[in-house]
Amino acid sequence: MSKQTLYDKLWNSHVVRTEPDGTALIYIDRQLVHEVTSPQAFEGLKLAGRKPWRAASMLAVPDHNVPTVRRMERIHDPISRLQVETLDQNCKDFGITEFKMNDPRQGIVHVIGPEQGATLPGMTVVCGDSHTSTHGAFGALAHGIGTSEVEHVMATQCLVAKKSKAMQVKVEGRLGLGVTAKDVALAVIGKIGTAGGTGYAIEFAGSAIRGLTMEGRMTLCNMAIEAGARAGMVAVDDTTINYVEGRPYAPKGDNWDKAVAYWKTLRSDEGAKFDAVVELDAATIRPQVTWGTSPEMVTSIDGRVPDPASAPNAVKRGDWERALKYMGLQANTQISDIQIDKVFIGSCTNARIEDMREAAAVAKGKKVAANVKLAMVVPGSGLVKAQAEKEGLDKIFIEAGFEWREPGCSMCLAMNDDRLEPGERCASTSNRNFEGRQGQGGRTHLVSPAMAAAAAIAGHFVDVSRA
Amino acid sequence: MKKFELLNGLVVPLDRANVDTDAIIPKQFLKSIQRSGFGPNAFDEWRYLDHGEPGMDNSKRKINPDFVLNYPRYQGAQVLLARENFGCGSSREHAPWALDDYGFRVIIAPSFADIFFNNCFKNGLLPIRLDAAIVDGLFKAVAAKEGYKLTVDLEKQAVSTPDGVSYAFEVDPFRKHCLLNGLDDIGLTLQHVDDIKTFEIKHKAAQPWLFV
Ligand code: SF4
Repeated sequence: MSKQTLYDKLWNSHVVRTEPDGTALIYIDRQLVHEVTSPQAFEGLKLAGRKPWRAASMLAVPDHNVPTVRRMERIHDPISRLQVETLDQNCKDFGITEFKMNDPRQGIVHVIGPEQGATLPGMTVVCGDSHTSTHGAFGALAHGIGTSEVEHVMATQCLVAKKSKAMQVKVEGRLGLGVTAKDVALAVIGKIGTAGGTGYAIEFAGSAIRGLTMEGRMTLCNMAIEAGARAGMVAVDDTTINYVEGRPYAPKGDNWDKAVAYWKTLRSDEGAKFDAVVELDAATIRPQVTWGTSPEMVTSIDGRVPDPASAPNAVKRGDWERALKYMGLQANTQISDIQIDKVFIGSCTNARIEDMREAAAVAKGKKVAANVKLAMVVPGSGLVKAQAEKEGLDKIFIEAGFEWREPGCSMCLAMNDDRLEPGERCASTSNRNFEGRQGQGGRTHLVSPAMAAAAAIAGHFVDVSRA
Repeated sequence: MKKFELLNGLVVPLDRANVDTDAIIPKQFLKSIQRSGFGPNAFDEWRYLDHGEPGMDNSKRKINPDFVLNYPRYQGAQVLLARENFGCGSSREHAPWALDDYGFRVIIAPSFADIFFNNCFKNGLLPIRLDAAIVDGLFKAVAAKEGYKLTVDLEKQAVSTPDGVSYAFEVDPFRKHCLLNGLDDIGLTLQHVDDIKTFEIKHKAAQPWLFV
């Protein structure tokens, strides 16, 4: 048999049927659901008189709209409240497990899936959310879908899809001090661009990736979509299996042994062919900071804001000029001279326990700078929050002047009350620095949790590897 | 889903690369549990000078005269001409819903983000990829002539200019079929119920832990 990539294996084991033009029906093992992209899908089901094919394959949670303060009260924005209540009602009507807003297991959909063991190696995982790529960290085929597809998967347990091309992103060597999975993700995007992975499923490989924890691998796969790829993935190894073992939804007993034996085959065969290969040297990656309004507008902490005059072409020059104007930055400004107003540590990219630990290690015994109006830490789930509190991280943050909030998407996209005011500049551990993403007129710089905490303390960006 | 019919439509040029779905429909409008009504808020932050919230009377808001969609000459446009990587970012289907509700039928760009591209077809919108050089030429042609229209023939897979130049485009046969006939995917998939059930039995035997 010919040599297969991990992506080939995951794809082949889920094909229900293929049409002559290559369009396939692939079987979906897990669908995660949140309040924003599901109401119209449930409504479609109801209107057509359909039922979910396999309600047990679904797990739902409200995350985008939920407040991060005073959680026990009702959501005061009536439109947000209706959306969350609609999810509750739909889950009840269709018999779908939901972690409601005040459930201790509630959190960001891409944090709770893995945390519960609801994301397993070898699965196909979908969710009406582009950052579903996160779950690929487990050697799963996971990608975001639109609401019509959410309904389609609910009704048929299948997705109509065409196989993507396969790209390998290989990072060899050791990451330097203070350099994290987030920096690797941004460095990859800086190298291939936000459309570089369009049409591909990316497998992250190499010794630097094998050296990452599951949290780090999730951060990396999470941002595959920011490189244009719908799916990112990492081969299964002991790190994966150790993480999954004992989680509530993980297989038990006999099934566990069988599953592990199968999961160990979930890696690309030696010599398997990729349609594209991108290589990075881990040792050369420095802490990253974005300067513009697209994640590819990124440089290292040692760098400067680029000059549009040096852009490679006219379209890019226009983009850079517009980005600098929106961001309120001058060409050639040293990144470490950029002062910030707010700090957001959270999101499905960086709100897991390891992220909390990394940020707390930097903040410990220090104080948030006077020019920083608000520095907030929003854990990814109720369980992450509880664990962090057990370790005393909440106290470290609070003593340093950070706010310690309830779990949710929060200021990653500012659908709740957490947002930037026009012109405010934020060091954020989220994944998108688009115009208005964190509030209309808000200016976002994407960084790692350690870099965000260091910026909070200094009041401007600083090199965390030297801080 | 509505059928895609032969179109001769006014073109509006949106001269930016990497237009993301947050820009196409800002998040505050995603709180809606409806599928329609997003048109007045398409490109909200670029289109209006004030901050938009759901439930506002958009006809009373201050429009941004410098935003191309607001130019009088482009009113009633049905074809959106865009640059590379259009529709990147969030998977929100509200983006094609908003473009459709605004009145667009076709989007032409050198490249699209995968999820957005896919979502368009589910909503009767036709995204067309043309070479960057051709798109560039179209930008110039649109700017040069007021009332510039393109004819889009999905059946023949061709975009033709007023001067009679025609550009061929690619489209998946399956998607083309669905769009031309206004077919709903779920109905089509449910014709293969037996295949799905057969697969499920085999899958369950191989990985029983997925079904507990
Ligand atoms: S944290 Fe941000 S990116 Fe992640 S699911 Fe929530 S809104 Fe989307």
